[in-house]
Amino acid sequence: MTPIIAIRDLTVCFTGERNVNALNGVDISLAEGEVLGLIGESGSGKSVTLKALLRLLPPRRTRMTGSIHVAGRDVMALDEAALEDYRGGLVSMIFQEPMLALDPVYTIGDQIAEAVVRHRGVSWADGRKRALEMLEGVRIRSAKRRLEAYPHEMSGGMRQRAMIALALSCGPKVLLADEPTTALDATVQIQILLLLRELQREMGMAVIFVTHDIGVAVEISDRIAVMYAGRIVETGSLRDVVKNPSHPYTRGLLHSTIHGARRGERLDAIPGAPPRLDRLPPGCPFAPRCALADTSCVQGDIAPVFVTPQHSARCLKLGNPAHARAGAA
Amino acid sequence: MSVLADDLIDLAATRKSRGYWGNVGRRLLRDPVSMICAAILLLIALAAVFAPYLGLADPYLGSMIRRLRPIGTAGYPLGTDELGRDMLTRLVHGGRLSLLIGLLPVVFAFFIGTTLGIIAGYLGGVVNQLIMRTVDVFYAFPSVLLAIAISGALGGGLLNSLLSLTIVFIPPIVRVAESVTTGVRSLDFVDAARASGAGALTIMRVHILGNVLGPIFVYATSLISVCMILAAGLSFLGLGTKPPEPEWGLMLNTLRTAIYVNPWVAALPGVMIFTVSICFNLLSDGMRSAMDVRN
Repeated sequence: MTPIIAIRDLTVCFTGERNVNALNGVDISLAEGEVLGLIGESGSGKSVTLKALLRLLPPRRTRMTGSIHVAGRDVMALDEAALEDYRGGLVSMIFQEPMLALDPVYTIGDQIAEAVVRHRGVSWADGRKRALEMLEGVRIRSAKRRLEAYPHEMSGGMRQRAMIALALSCGPKVLLADEPTTALDATVQIQILLLLRELQREMGMAVIFVTHDIGVAVEISDRIAVMYAGRIVETGSLRDVVKNPSHPYTRGLLHSTIHGARRGERLDAIPGAPPRLDRLPPGCPFAPRCALADTSCVQGDIAPVFVTPQHSARCLKLGNPAHARAGAA
Repeated sequence: MSVLADDLIDLAATRKSRGYWGNVGRRLLRDPVSMICAAILLLIALAAVFAPYLGLADPYLGSMIRRLRPIGTAGYPLGTDELGRDMLTRLVHGGRLSLLIGLLPVVFAFFIGTTLGIIAGYLGGVVNQLIMRTVDVFYAFPSVLLAIAISGALGGGLLNSLLSLTIVFIPPIVRVAESVTTGVRSLDFVDAARASGAGALTIMRVHILGNVLGPIFVYATSLISVCMILAAGLSFLGLGTKPPEPEWGLMLNTLRTAIYVNPWVAALPGVMIFTVSICFNLLSDGMRSAMDVRN
């Protein structure tokens, strides 16, 4: 089966006073109906990947190379008119902070109807009908009255539901979720996650779910990709990555979550800070922070090493006994 | 339990769901200063509009023997001007032209300036430079001087003064529109709109306009008072309306010779200009604070 999303060797460089290499050769392949959890810390390139997928990055200040194919379409070659059909029609996105991502001066119903009218070419009345369906679809109670509500009149969780309704209103094949639960409190978080999962199964969408919270990623993903300094350093099935984290950075991430830590015990943190993207060191970008790194790590790019056919990590120390010990620790 | 919470929020929302502009209006209604100003302006505007039907004296009918009567003279509640014409009639009739040339240029400048400003702010780059640097050229001149220069070059008359005032007020509105647009452009909902497939035109027309209209509108109302004073100044210099047309600026000009004979009457047109402009200013202040509901 051909993947619905195929990203090959994508690089994104923001040009300007200093050139920032936000993405340095990202490969993502996603099958229909699959959920990929993209994790990494701030500035690792998660959001840039999503925006590049939608070609939302400012063209004047961005240099992009590589290829992006979504449902057989060459996204890099789309012109402005085709892009407008593509965005929201084939691929749509939900944002971290629904209060900011919804237009404050229009009602929810109007915002959804506007998107539907634009993509489906239906009448305004039909657009409103669809808006009502969608609000009911995301389990908003008394949806009819909610159509007339402004974003500031809703609670955070409800706003995020409305945002999801808006994103799914035109039946996209791919949903990009940019930390959709980060701004919500814990009880609402799990409701939104469950809702997203349910809708994803119902509609058979492929989802790229960006988060820095491993707990959230585990909850929703089929596969995990870990990003660091604009590269995917480890990718594999959820089970493989969590049970057998192979890149030292992934291990660091898993160790540094608070879940399961005992009271009074020191939390493990990864020493140091991510490299500056305008002055990337040669070789493995994680080497300066890595306990296992030696001189071979800083010479030339490191190709993915396969642990199993579906699980790979960009680390030279995979077969190394010291690596195995560190993994067991 | 969260279902219950949702229901409660639901109830609260339906009770107060009046929309953004509904809330602004309600807050404005509660502000006494704004309401007084609005009432005064409404009164003056209504008087001006219905001036011919108020049973007042003829604003053009002079009398050589009843010149410069003081305020309170029988038959002339506000006295007479230097040609013996009834001041009350002339002030009421003068409001028609004065309000017109105080409002129209700002309205025109509001439409043109907002359009240019949003285009410059949203598209950025070369387009922005082109529009904003052109605007800067006009900024090189003080607004009074610019109005006089354009009016002088085009010649006197009502239309020309309207045109010159419109040109004077476009640059500041473009500036404000451009700066609020650049502020709104980088917000998430513009990205969200783009991510859902909206084109540049839709985003500017729907999302940007809806969010910047408020601040620009408030700014434009504060320009009305400046415009009235400038218009009065043009008339005063003989570049705007021509005598015997009643217009506050022009009346101030022709009455200035009488300042030693009958200062109270001579000051009346000035009082009108002052009252109207300060009312517009206070009203725009009131609107500015009423629009802060969202934050």
